[in-house]
Amino acid sequence: MTLEASLAGQPRVSPSLAKALVALGTVLTLVSTFLAWTWTPDFPGDLSVNGYPGGNQWITLVVSVLLLVAVGVSYDVPGLRWIAPRGHVRLLRGLALANLVSTWYVLLAIAFELNGLANWVSGSWVAAIATLLPAAGSFLLADDRREPQRARPLPRWVQVPIIFVAIMVAMFVADYGISTGYTEEFVGFAFAIGFAAWGLNSSGVLTRLTALTAKNRVVTSLSALVAALVFVFIQNGDAYNSVADDILIFATVALGLNIVVGLAGLLDLGYVAFLGVGAYTAALVSGAASSRFHVAYPFWAQLVLGIVVSMIAGVIIGAPTLRLRGDYLAIVTLGFGEIFRIVVNNLNGQSGPDLTNGPEGVYGVPDLKLFGYDFGRTHTLLGTTFGKFGNYYLLLLAAMAIVVFIFARVNDSRLGRAWVAIREDETAAEAMGIHGYRFKLLAFGLGAALAGLAGTINAHLLNTVTPDQYNFSATSPPNSAFLLAAVVLGGMGTITGPLLGAALLYLVPYKLQFFNNKQLLLFGLALILMMRFRPEGLVPSRRRQLEFHEEQIAEAEAHEAVLADAQGAQEEAGAAA
Amino acid sequence: MTTTMTQPDGATSTATVLEARGVTMRFGGLVAVDGVDLHVADREIVGLIGPNGAGKTTFFNCLTGLYVPTSGQVRYKGAVLPAKPYRVTQAGIARTFQNIRLFANMTVLENVMVGRHSRTKEGLFSAIGRGPRYRAAERDSRDKSRELLDFLGIGKHAGSLARNLPYGDQRKLEIARAMASDPGLILLDEPTAGMNPQETRATQEVVFKIRERGLAVIVIEHDMRFIFNLCDRVAVLVQGRKLVEGTPAQVQSDERVIAAYLGTPVAGDGAEPVSPDGSPPASDAAGTAAEDEGTAS
Repeated sequence: MTLEASLAGQPRVSPSLAKALVALGTVLTLVSTFLAWTWTPDFPGDLSVNGYPGGNQWITLVVSVLLLVAVGVSYDVPGLRWIAPRGHVRLLRGLALANLVSTWYVLLAIAFELNGLANWVSGSWVAAIATLLPAAGSFLLADDRREPQRARPLPRWVQVPIIFVAIMVAMFVADYGISTGYTEEFVGFAFAIGFAAWGLNSSGVLTRLTALTAKNRVVTSLSALVAALVFVFIQNGDAYNSVADDILIFATVALGLNIVVGLAGLLDLGYVAFLGVGAYTAALVSGAASSRFHVAYPFWAQLVLGIVVSMIAGVIIGAPTLRLRGDYLAIVTLGFGEIFRIVVNNLNGQSGPDLTNGPEGVYGVPDLKLFGYDFGRTHTLLGTTFGKFGNYYLLLLAAMAIVVFIFARVNDSRLGRAWVAIREDETAAEAMGIHGYRFKLLAFGLGAALAGLAGTINAHLLNTVTPDQYNFSATSPPNSAFLLAAVVLGGMGTITGPLLGAALLYLVPYKLQFFNNKQLLLFGLALILMMRFRPEGLVPSRRRQLEFHEEQIAEAEAHEAVLADAQGAQEEAGAAA
Repeated sequence: MTTTMTQPDGATSTATVLEARGVTMRFGGLVAVDGVDLHVADREIVGLIGPNGAGKTTFFNCLTGLYVPTSGQVRYKGAVLPAKPYRVTQAGIARTFQNIRLFANMTVLENVMVGRHSRTKEGLFSAIGRGPRYRAAERDSRDKSRELLDFLGIGKHAGSLARNLPYGDQRKLEIARAMASDPGLILLDEPTAGMNPQETRATQEVVFKIRERGLAVIVIEHDMRFIFNLCDRVAVLVQGRKLVEGTPAQVQSDERVIAAYLGTPVAGDGAEPVSPDGSPPASDAAGTAAEDEGTAS
């Protein structure tokens, strides 16, 4: 078959024809998004309008525009070469597949949901055929994957806007994903994003962007903060702010876990318990009517108390368990996580002392009031209405910024190096003067404290704290299994990794609720595939960025070694004679 | 810790850096190290040789706190060594490992900076706060580590991952990492294992240069030419016991050593006793023996 032949790098079709096929298909796809894809407005998003795009057609439109740019790269349009430093064919393939899969998914959904291909109109057929052409054309082109040339150093005034724009684009993409209104839109979006990301990654442009952000860390962090603020200002109403809040909590806790798992290499399967300790501590002293303690501490006091109690819990649990290594530690922490849940479930005055109000939990936790700003009320800031979730979004963003800051600074310090050394080889680390147990305990305590920080806010956000929010595993995050999955899926030891992992792991089950009880099955499958094809996680740590540098040195070394060997052989021969 | 290391009684015997007395290590019924005495003077290079399974690495592990000796005592500069690896490093003894144990996913520079750990003390809060003192300490660590990398000739690799280094450079990195803790004594466990003759010669120069920096060295090695060229004194361990100790010339000509390595010739066998002057047969046998020593680690 020609497809196989092209995969083997021997195209039977001339490259110019294949390129023309891609270009033609892309233009046709672009046109088709302005046509109706079905006759009835019954399909969500209303795809029945000729003249402008609607619903999923927007996704196809945007991907087609990207594809058009990639076509420009393949025709060597000046000024576009930087988009594909490692070769443009994979970029074409990725984007073409993104278009193909997400468009065909919608077309098939139209046929299925409205019962029959009769619901396709001429525009649907145009879209169906037009999206096939770029996919076919790009796979007929020979793969031109190559090592990237060294990037021309950009002046700083160019670097900064590039980073800012890239982060803003990422934010808008995330915003679109969060605010997709119906399943078809989200699934189409997910397909498009998945394949497009693959294409952009293998074209090398993402690597180059990552290198830029690594060089300008302050600019990157500030841009991310600005983007996160813009996000909440462009929301209409509070509906998706609550989703964003949950993601922020989840991501903050995942980042805390990343210190324990990603840096120090301690597999903690009961981490959600520390979120629970923080939440319970804050709730009990918040003035909630159902609390056994009838005190209403100010928020800062709750925060400090939540952090300190979580940290103490971390040290108490860590002190005996951290003498274990590897799998044994994982099992014991799993046990302690469950012990926490069962204990707070039983401290209800009947099966134990009355402390946590048992399974009913502590309810009626009042909304926060900070400097006269009531988080439970609606406010208007700079012309935007902030409901409850919008208010908490701002607070959670601040909490996350603190955790990111701590993580970044600790990671690149004597402490971070000691943790990574312990993770890599504990015996060698001790031989280098590192008190392994003390540093592991410190990682455990710090991780617990950061989870406690998130927990105190979580108690107020949810207004209720119950034992069953802190399970080992459940269908929705945060729970210990999902937290660990977010870290591993995203990329251990990185900052963006767990954030991305948390966003994905929250959104996918949230948006695909029609799967009901099969969610976890799909989740497991996705994890297995992930571990098979990208075990280092979505965001690999520094390794990738070192690759290029190392290959150069390796070549020089190999050359030297050959010379040295030749010389050595001569000397040996001389000595023998 | 450091303060207890500088006791007055250490001042009287300044020349002696390390003094091991009657170090014995038993694993159940097996006596891996049996009453070994060893002393190392300031800036001395001492070789430790012996057939496979003689207990050389076990003895190293006893010196560095990885094992707690069943009996016996190890003194470093007059003070008894604590039996915890990180405290031994703190006290001033550093080591390399026979089977390279680098932090594979850290950069070369970071590996050496980990070695600085026991000479720095910045903790969590200074890492978060990053005051001037923290930055000065960090810069100091970085500079010292870079200097060590240059000293061993692997400075150009500073930014790459340790696991991607060529084999010989990984051995050098182990030495750099050990030296980063400013030790007074460094223990090298088979530093030339798997190296070609050129690399072995280069390593020999490195060890001399380490001595010039004021360190004493104990080195385990199977390459006899390397040991006899390098060491001021050689101790031979056989089955956990110290068989002979003396200058390279003395050890080389000792019948017992040859017997330990090659066995005693059976009468009437016709086998020539090996000439005792570091001749090819002896070093060849030792060379093949160097291929694997599994029991001791």
